[in-house]
Amino acid sequence: MLKIENLKASVEGTPILRGINLEVKPGEIHAIMGPNGSGKSTLASVLAGREEYEVDEGSVTFQGNDLLELSPEDRARAGVFLAFQYPVEIPGVSTTNFLKAAVNQVRTYRGLPELDAVNFLKEMKEKMKIVEIDQALLRRSLNEGFSGGEKKRNEIFQMAMLEPTLSILDETDSGLDIDALRIVANGVNTLKSKDKATIVITHYQRLLDYIIPDFVHVLYKGRLVKSGGKELAHELEKRGYDWIKEEQEQISA
Amino acid sequence: MSKDNQILEDFTSQEYEHGWSVDLESDQAPKGLNEDIVRFISAKKNEPEWLLEWRLKAFKKWQTMTEPTWPNVKYPKIDLQDIIYYSAPKKQKELKSLDEVDPELRETFSKLGISLEEQKRLTGVAVDAVIDSVSVATTFKETLGELGIIFSSFSEAVRDHPDLIKKYLGSVVPATDNYYAALNSAVFSDGSFCYIPKGVHCPMELSTYFRINAANTGQFERTLIVADEGSYVSYLEGCTAPQRDENQLHAAVVEIYVMKDAEVKYSTVQNWYPGNKEGIGGIYNFVTKRGICAGDNAKLSWTQVETGSAVTWKYPSCILKGDNSIGEFYSVAVTNNYQQADTGTKMIHLGKNTKSRIVSKGISAGHSQNSYRGLVDVSKRATNARNFSQCDSLLLGDQCGAHTFPYIEVDNSTSQIEHEATTSKIGEDQIFYCNQRGIDTESAVALIVNGFSKEVLNKLPMEFAVEAQKLLALTLEGSVG
Repeated sequence: MLKIENLKASVEGTPILRGINLEVKPGEIHAIMGPNGSGKSTLASVLAGREEYEVDEGSVTFQGNDLLELSPEDRARAGVFLAFQYPVEIPGVSTTNFLKAAVNQVRTYRGLPELDAVNFLKEMKEKMKIVEIDQALLRRSLNEGFSGGEKKRNEIFQMAMLEPTLSILDETDSGLDIDALRIVANGVNTLKSKDKATIVITHYQRLLDYIIPDFVHVLYKGRLVKSGGKELAHELEKRGYDWIKEEQEQISA
Repeated sequence: MSKDNQILEDFTSQEYEHGWSVDLESDQAPKGLNEDIVRFISAKKNEPEWLLEWRLKAFKKWQTMTEPTWPNVKYPKIDLQDIIYYSAPKKQKELKSLDEVDPELRETFSKLGISLEEQKRLTGVAVDAVIDSVSVATTFKETLGELGIIFSSFSEAVRDHPDLIKKYLGSVVPATDNYYAALNSAVFSDGSFCYIPKGVHCPMELSTYFRINAANTGQFERTLIVADEGSYVSYLEGCTAPQRDENQLHAAVVEIYVMKDAEVKYSTVQNWYPGNKEGIGGIYNFVTKRGICAGDNAKLSWTQVETGSAVTWKYPSCILKGDNSIGEFYSVAVTNNYQQADTGTKMIHLGKNTKSRIVSKGISAGHSQNSYRGLVDVSKRATNARNFSQCDSLLLGDQCGAHTFPYIEVDNSTSQIEHEATTSKIGEDQIFYCNQRGIDTESAVALIVNGFSKEVLNKLPMEFAVEAQKLLALTLEGSVG
């Protein structure tokens, strides 16, 4: 589904990603872990098409197409979803109105008829259950005055509504208490299917107790330096990232 | 250059001698302004002597006045001797079908969601007899007539209701109020008059749209609305469809007289030609709008959506004379490319327990300049006056400007004045967030701008609000990304 080959990217001339290789198949959950500043969020932003990030080399293929060729909105419409680490506030625009615009633009792109108000609300009511979100929240301005937990639940709710093929969760666990973490993880697990894939970007393995990854990769200084199963996450939890750093320094020495 | 200049040029090349005498048979006055022209206009309209005197007084005063330079706008000096002040209403060129209409204009219509029939009406295409807008207007007039509501062109009102006109004309905006109001008073061509009798609640939105003879409103328009005791009316001016007009200067006057326990809601959507992307051409819109809450418990509410004109200079104001009277001003002003707007309101608190509320949303894009200018004035005897003002500015890009000039003058210590102001930019973060959900950049800007303006748009009559939302998006098309 997703194939990243030798991806190199920089921000304002500073190289951040230094050659990423990763293949994600339908049905898989990949976790990308790593110390702060290793390039985790950059990878998410590059995949989503954020303008400030310059792709210097390499390729990204999504469902057989060149993902890097597409505009950010077309990537979203083609089925790439990014749950933001810091969801953006849009004053005066309710989550409901925002999502209606989004869902219908996505549907049009996918050759589906637009949803009218009745069917949209019906769809919304169903998906609301998944993340235990309250309708009152959806009437408020998007993310404005939302608590950390509400923002992240809202991200997963949007994911449920947009039905992406590839979801990238960027530090979705940051700033969540245990209850919110459980709700968010439940949502992700409910939406899991054999033709969809998820990339979970996280600093801690805590979230991975709830969302069980098939693969765990360690990102360090812009490269995926280690890959393994979910036990790698446990090892990182126990030993921290220092041993990875030491290993890497030995290799380069 | 523009079509405007071409037309001016055409007129310039006509025969014209100084020291001419005005030919009353002619359909058009020669270019320029002097006392004879004022007399010519008045004579052409068969006006009573008192109205001619009123015009002449305004003209004499105007001659001693100078053009205001305090608004935060720049434009080349207007040569007022280069304007034709009277020409008989011309029939729009009748087109056989919509195919003959400028495709660009039609595209705009369809983006605004204007129906085919409406498009025909606006562009002067011959309309099918069954849905003839004239017959709609006739039914409309009958309903109003049964209630005693007068809604007619200004000229008709001068003829049919001279006493009302004589009593209220200039009662809120005196003939000599300011440079452009005085000019308007001297040479106004036509406009609208509306009277709501005592205790009558006008059952429909009054709109110039339905008024026969509204097609040629001219550049010096005059509107007078009188709401008698305990009455109510909602009045709509303008429409969201693009207004193509060859007159460069528009200096209108709107006066509203609200009596005891009456309420007037005045909504405007202004979409005059703003000039091209390089800032060439476009309308100068210098308007004086003012209303008085003359009696106790009167209420006057201004709502405006300003998206057009090259230069706008406009301050719909409320004089709160009656005790417990209420004044409101809700405004969205959008400027793009090289547009300039200096707009706001004046709330003059004279009566006790008077309240006013100002909500101004300025949106600037391109190289435009957008200023809010407002005055809250509380006089000595306005005990317990209250005002709340909120002025928010939204910037798109880094070449435009937003300015706020709030003036507050308070002579009564029991009053309570609140002022809030914010300035924000549409962030790349916001756009990217929308993009990532599948929303393209144009739609994202529209969403964000409509969210920003929601409080004001909500004040518009329903069907107007929907069109206004689309209009905002259309005005800002191409301003981001």
